[in-house]
Amino acid sequence: MKGQDTMSENREQGASAKQPLLEVKDLHTSFFTDAGEVKAVDGVSFRLDRGKVLGIVGESGSGKSVTAYSVMQILAPTGKIVRGSVKLDGQELVGADEKTLRSVRGNRISIIFQDPMTSLNPTYTIGHQLVEAITLHTSRKRKEAKDRALEMLRLVNVNEPEKRLKQYPFELSGGMRQRVMIAMALACEPDILIADEPTTALDVTIQAQILELMADLQKKLGMAIIMITHDLGVVAQMCDEVIVMYAGSICERGTADAIFYHPAHEYTKGLMRSIPRDDDNGERLQPISGTPIDLLNMPAGCPFAPRCDRALKICLTRRAEEMWVGEDHISSCWMNVKDLAAQGVITLEGDGEHE
Amino acid sequence: MSEHGTLLEVQDLKQYFDINMGFFRSRPLKAVDGVSFSIRKGETLGLVGESGCGKTTVGRSILHLYQPTGGKVIYDGKEIGDRASLKEFRKKATMVFQDPYSSLNPRMTVSDIVAEPLDVHGLCKNKAERNDRVLELLGYVGLNSEHASRYAHEFSGGQRQRIGIARALAVNPEFIVCDEPVSALDVSIQAQVINMFDELQEQLGLTYLFIAHDLLVVRHISDRIAVMYLGKMVELADAEEIYRRPLHPYSRSLLSAVPLPDPKKARANKRIMLSGDIPSPLNAPSGCPFRTRCPHASDVCAGSMPEFKEVETGHFVACHRLAEIG
Repeated sequence: MKGQDTMSENREQGASAKQPLLEVKDLHTSFFTDAGEVKAVDGVSFRLDRGKVLGIVGESGSGKSVTAYSVMQILAPTGKIVRGSVKLDGQELVGADEKTLRSVRGNRISIIFQDPMTSLNPTYTIGHQLVEAITLHTSRKRKEAKDRALEMLRLVNVNEPEKRLKQYPFELSGGMRQRVMIAMALACEPDILIADEPTTALDVTIQAQILELMADLQKKLGMAIIMITHDLGVVAQMCDEVIVMYAGSICERGTADAIFYHPAHEYTKGLMRSIPRDDDNGERLQPISGTPIDLLNMPAGCPFAPRCDRALKICLTRRAEEMWVGEDHISSCWMNVKDLAAQGVITLEGDGEHE
Repeated sequence: MSEHGTLLEVQDLKQYFDINMGFFRSRPLKAVDGVSFSIRKGETLGLVGESGCGKTTVGRSILHLYQPTGGKVIYDGKEIGDRASLKEFRKKATMVFQDPYSSLNPRMTVSDIVAEPLDVHGLCKNKAERNDRVLELLGYVGLNSEHASRYAHEFSGGQRQRIGIARALAVNPEFIVCDEPVSALDVSIQAQVINMFDELQEQLGLTYLFIAHDLLVVRHISDRIAVMYLGKMVELADAEEIYRRPLHPYSRSLLSAVPLPDPKKARANKRIMLSGDIPSPLNAPSGCPFRTRCPHASDVCAGSMPEFKEVETGHFVACHRLAEIG
């Protein structure tokens, strides 16, 4: 981070040993539509340390993207953070003024979107857009900004960077555009890069290139990454920690190994059973039954209960609290209590009454 | 499934599209350029490749949704060509489309959507028979009479795909082209639909051409897998064989690029990175289409397209340098 802009001083101050880089507490984000309030994010808490890769997985409508957009506060006009807190290096972002937020967006937290086709402006050259982003966020003049743009394009392995600067987005392939987006997002050396389905629109071999590039840059620049995806393969490959979301809340959170090898929420277990594996032997997959949740019509208890094969009575009425099921492994599922009780580790008051 | 005979044979299929270059000039885009393979009765042939490789076009050309530029499609011993043979063929071969949102007419009820093929081919004598058949078809895909009078927009993606499958089953087909049928669905719903394909195959003895880009899904459902690159078929073999021991350099890198849903394996996985992007089919490289990205390419690859030949029993590969790269 040599000779960077003014933000770097703030960074050093905030970076005390114990304080997480990003701390999200009890975040609630809703969209107010004609049909009613849609609780897209319903009580999400997590923390992200420097240099870590955090994966957020879930199906469409699970609130994974909205969580990220809430962190950056780039929600659609109908969306609003109802309550909760988002702290970057101890600095509260919820309710912060626009000036503060502008100094955070792009500088300290950057985002790359799923669709590289629509996230670049088709009417300006790649160079123009990169230089614009750099001059906006740093004190660099145009000339220096152009040098920086070239440097960034080289960093993300774009071939013939001088030529690319003069080209328009339509002249580049999808993978190339995503590289340009990454270059733009990293130009100001953010502390956190949010990648919202960065490879979903790309082909497998291009996806492999982009994921490797992101992993390389992460090591080189030391930023933290929040990787939002529905692809469990991408998560397994990239992430240190994983959050599994369903219907706006976190089902389970833990290290990648814990989530993949010892899932402790019925939804996560269901997901793991329903995907074809590397050692697939052609046996039937075990799908999760039912249909995806309707956010306008949320059940009273656990949102997954209507599709859960093992749902208890209590699941239908009361949502499970976050429970520690292992070191750095949290799950919100009553089955953990039931299983422990069955093993005789704990005894329940009025045992079985709720079943 | 090798005891069964060949149901469908594709010989040197070519599908070119004229791309308008302005002022009476046009150039052919060779979407599919000389592809040959056969599908056995009751098997599932997976067709994989990246966007623009022509896999969807192969599916559509087989069904003559496009008029093929060249080559033959032979179904059950008969070549498909004239109108009469085509109409017969379309009663036996149908298609399930990728996008369950745009492939169903929003103005038709589910029962009309599912019954449309019955009406077109005049397969039902009266209303009662048509109704019974619609309910039977909905039953196959896990829907019921309650759904029949509703419209497509009232359903979720997975349910819409079920409706699309019910429609494809309406004419009692033997062969279904499934064009990325689960790509638009959420993970938890994907498995439901994949299982349904499996069950229907067992129940009705169907043969599938299963086009998809998710290699783990394709491997799960397919008996054999064909890999395409830029309009050509580069490899074809048993699913397990190609997954465990791909021979063509493109198949190798494609399979190594699959993100495995297992952190330890994913970390240990040695990926063969390809440089660059797929060339435009408008200016495909001379000789082997893959040579511009191939780590093993040599002069011979630029000279001519390698022959697609059987190197081991049932294992077809098109590569000049196969012997050298081992």
